[in-house]
Amino acid sequence: MHEVSLCRALVELLRQQAEQDGFSRVHAVWLQVGPLAAVVPEAMALAFEACTPGTLAEGARLHLVEEEARARCRCCGGCWRISSRLEPCPDCGAYELDVLSGDALTISELEVE
Amino acid sequence: MCGICGCKQPKDEISGHRHLDVELDLFSLNDRHAQTNRERFARQSLLVLNLVSSPGAGKTLLLEQTLKAQLGRIAVGVIEGDQQTSHDADRIRATGAPAVQINTGAACHLDAHMVGHALEELDMLRNGILYIENVGNLVCPANFDLGEAAKVVILSVTEGDDKPLKYPDMFVAAQMMVINKLDLLPHVDFDLERCIDYARRVNPEIQVIQLSAQTGEGMQAWLDWLEESYQTLVAHRIDQLEQELAGLKALLERG
Repeated sequence: MHEVSLCRALVELLRQQAEQDGFSRVHAVWLQVGPLAAVVPEAMALAFEACTPGTLAEGARLHLVEEEARARCRCCGGCWRISSRLEPCPDCGAYELDVLSGDALTISELEVE
Repeated sequence: MCGICGCKQPKDEISGHRHLDVELDLFSLNDRHAQTNRERFARQSLLVLNLVSSPGAGKTLLLEQTLKAQLGRIAVGVIEGDQQTSHDADRIRATGAPAVQINTGAACHLDAHMVGHALEELDMLRNGILYIENVGNLVCPANFDLGEAAKVVILSVTEGDDKPLKYPDMFVAAQMMVINKLDLLPHVDFDLERCIDYARRVNPEIQVIQLSAQTGEGMQAWLDWLEESYQTLVAHRIDQLEQELAGLKALLERG
């Protein structure tokens, strides 16, 4: 539901980056999306289409790059790849996992002009 | 590369396009506004709580009862977030507490920038508690820091005890879970223990208070928690100010 707000933030970040790095058009954006970032990739793509016309990213391609989610078990200390916050530790079965990565939503690369 | 036809020249150079490696967090804009709010809350010695729940969990009634108990003893203020109408802010004002309504329109959550502007209308609020009642939604508000000290998630027994598993992000983000409408427990299929177990699966540290804002049962534990959280904040603020004062006195003596 909040993908539109996030895409507005994305366009604003591009505008700030354009000032800093001296570009005027964005042709492609690589966005790293973790499985715990609470966004739906299809909704993100749709919101991007809706938010970019009339901006420096009009017509740009959005590449969604899936990021791995990892967590550390508080009980046994093991680090595991997870796909949701609800998984128990595959080794000791405990539910007390601290998420290490996979909840971010980060632009990692831009193709600009 | 022959320089005439551009063969073997990197494609990007031909087109004038270039690639940039960046690291831009989409939440960073909101986080910057949240940090500004947080610094303001600290200066004004305000305990700020972000109340989140699904629609109809009883946030507004809980707030009304809380304000009635606290008014006259502690400075309080409320920011109300709803997509439309000022019904909730009107209800809060009727208790005598100052309230600012934010209508988010199409947006499904409050963000730190909206809260920053609402604060302009509550500029006189100092040394007390500011409640932010977020839009009724257990999904999106989890990701937007408003600068609050803690998120409080309110879950009513009419909703189902597996909400913490269905909406884990919110229960991870919250410091306190209030289970509301306890008076309706005999009439619904809601297992308190199972609900708390599910919440602690996703957030082992989450604190829990069970109450009924309607009958007042359990309200004292909630009011005590608020008071205690506020006292902790005041003690911390006094320490900070004393350190600042000592630093200034030392400067003066040296000069």
